[in-house]
Amino acid sequence: MADFDVPVLGDYPICPVPAIKPDAMKGLKPFAVNNPAHNTALGFPGALVDNWEEVAVAKMRELLGKYRSLQVFLDSCVKCGSCTDKCHYFIGTGDPRNMPVARQDLMRQIYRRYFTAAGKYLPKLVDAKDFTREVLDDWYSYYHQCSQCRRCSVYCPFGIDTAEISMAAREIMDAIGLGQKYTNEILGKNIKIGNNLGLPPPAIRNTLDGIEEDVEDDTGVVVRFPLDVKGADVLLVTPSADFFAEPHIDGLIGYGKVFHQAGISWTLSSYASEGANFAMFIGSYSNMKRAAMRIRDAARELGVKRIVVGECGHAWRVAYSFWNTIIGPFDFLDPKYPVPQHICEFTNDLIRRGALNLDKSANDHRVVTFHDSCNVARASRMGQVPGGQYTIPRDIIKASCNRFVDMASGTIHDQTFCCGGGGGLLTDDLMPLRVKGAYPRMQALRQVQEEHGVNYLAAICAICKSQFSKVLPYYKFDRDMIGGVHQLVSTAIQLGTKE
Amino acid sequence: MTVVTLLYALLFYAATAILTIGVVRRVVIYARSPAPLRIVTMPAPLTYTGVVLRMVREVVFFESLFKSTKWTWLFGWLFHMCLALVLMRHIRYFQEPVWLGVQIIQPLGKYAAFGMIAGLLALAVRRVCVERVRYITAPSDRAMLLLLLAIAISGASMTFLMHTDIVAVKSFFLGLMYFEWRPLPADPLLLLHLTLVATLMIIFPLSKLLHVPGVFFSPTRNQVDDAREKRHVAAWARDPA
Ligand code: SF4
Ligand code: SF4
Repeated sequence: MADFDVPVLGDYPICPVPAIKPDAMKGLKPFAVNNPAHNTALGFPGALVDNWEEVAVAKMRELLGKYRSLQVFLDSCVKCGSCTDKCHYFIGTGDPRNMPVARQDLMRQIYRRYFTAAGKYLPKLVDAKDFTREVLDDWYSYYHQCSQCRRCSVYCPFGIDTAEISMAAREIMDAIGLGQKYTNEILGKNIKIGNNLGLPPPAIRNTLDGIEEDVEDDTGVVVRFPLDVKGADVLLVTPSADFFAEPHIDGLIGYGKVFHQAGISWTLSSYASEGANFAMFIGSYSNMKRAAMRIRDAARELGVKRIVVGECGHAWRVAYSFWNTIIGPFDFLDPKYPVPQHICEFTNDLIRRGALNLDKSANDHRVVTFHDSCNVARASRMGQVPGGQYTIPRDIIKASCNRFVDMASGTIHDQTFCCGGGGGLLTDDLMPLRVKGAYPRMQALRQVQEEHGVNYLAAICAICKSQFSKVLPYYKFDRDMIGGVHQLVSTAIQLGTKE
Repeated sequence: MTVVTLLYALLFYAATAILTIGVVRRVVIYARSPAPLRIVTMPAPLTYTGVVLRMVREVVFFESLFKSTKWTWLFGWLFHMCLALVLMRHIRYFQEPVWLGVQIIQPLGKYAAFGMIAGLLALAVRRVCVERVRYITAPSDRAMLLLLLAIAISGASMTFLMHTDIVAVKSFFLGLMYFEWRPLPADPLLLLHLTLVATLMIIFPLSKLLHVPGVFFSPTRNQVDDAREKRHVAAWARDPA
């Protein structure tokens, strides 16, 4: 079904390290912005500027002064090689430029040439390069073959995080007018309309009406999916994929049922109808703030007491790690609750308090495993103790079904493998990369499928869900295996027994 | 005063100045540059004490490297720990009387040179033989290994094979510290060792050896996981008032 090689799964939980295949993925580039408006809406030049080399170097200087991470990371790498076999894109493609350190080196070559004495006077010795068109092309290819999953940073003795480098690289490319179509177009919609899909308020209401009908048909219980309700206790912010995409929508239904049974008033917002924030992918602080500010404004406007974030990996990173800093303080919300709160924290608290009636046997047709999404696992937390982001979703799953197994250690928790579609790469023009990048995860999944009959891959990320439903078939899995954690809750919850 | 003495006195003043100024300058740059967002690699400590412990585990035990590849960890750790011992042993050439601690590690410090050499050789073999590591290696990376090896071998040779007049060497360095010129023996092996060490000191602030101060400033390792509780707005990110 593919016009490219799909990695072949074996009988082991962890993929072998491939031999290097130089330039194997050099030619793969996502579409660049071709409608200048998609760049200018975000404050970038519409198309590649003539003096791009000069502008790029100036932008790099600016970023070095703004981000300690960039400065320290570019200086500190000792080429120990510890990260070289840790990236799913390297494991799946064998292209040595997809080794995290080699990906960083594309920027380090330029940094050395323009910003360090060694690179100015002895470029050959320290592998410093002029910023030529050829180098820029490599940047565009390989900085769009990084899902910013941070797996490499776990293993680096200096904590060097290639995600930070690729965000900075994309910010520099945006600054010279070389934007990536998929991300910039979507981010533009989010900032202008309030969600990635560009859904206007009536369309959202329509969808929610449809969901209400479906739930009533299914369960005989009227569960409301409120929109723009002033004075509700909770504002739920969720990725807009939850409104229409499969299997995401079943997660949204799950959240609604939880709120319903717990008797907590809640609302969605049509003004802030997006949890995702693609500005993070392109390292744009100002656009990240613009997109997030809609949520703060909506929360104030609606007068809610707390904000809960739906199942979405990078949305949770932005919410957990950045919101307070970029759009805080949240002194207008109820100080009893953390701001923001993850839907899993919310549901888990209710389960522990006995506020939900879950019948595990309703999920007996499922054998479940859990995919830790990168941004949740390595860039944020849930609950009050470190690692709560691993235990809380699993606790919810175990409270909702009888059969749960974990995939092999080394592929879960902070060592989890990316789904292959994160970081702004969830676009059809990168399909070969997405499929190959999913290989380590698919391998671990195959093992639990064979040994334990796993038939449900639970994830708490909209991108993971979309990505898996697309790539699972390439590895001969059923595409319907993928679903949310709240989809399991939705199946297990006994409506009408507690409320 | 001989030409050799003068030359090496000047060389070591210059090397010390470049090393100190270079590293301090870098540290100031790192310390001043803002960290506008919490980007700590999770799971992370919730308190400052926790961060100190994480940093200690990282710096003393190379925790992340251990998680990654046991061989690289073994060789890298062996090299660094032996280097630390050797450096501590060398303190004796810069003080009179010598601290008790330095006296105690003297025998260990002497043999640590072999650990250093073994670690470096293993790392060098790895750099040449492992395809992935070879790919990311620049000429400067190979040169750095050779330089360190040459320093270790020339030093160990003086300890174990061809002794130099170590009393005179010590007197030379003590003299440098009090701005008194005292003669340095013109022993070729010693001069080689000293030249290489001075070279290392000079390139330190210009090279990847900056990982030494760098690790302490790495935001993914030195931040507290407190983003929901505390705001971390950098000066450049403040809204214009
Ligand atoms: S952040 Fe993830 S995708 Fe990017 S280089 Fe590191 S491991 Fe690979
Ligand atoms: S693990 Fe860190 S120091 Fe080692 S090669 Fe990779 S980025 Fe460089």
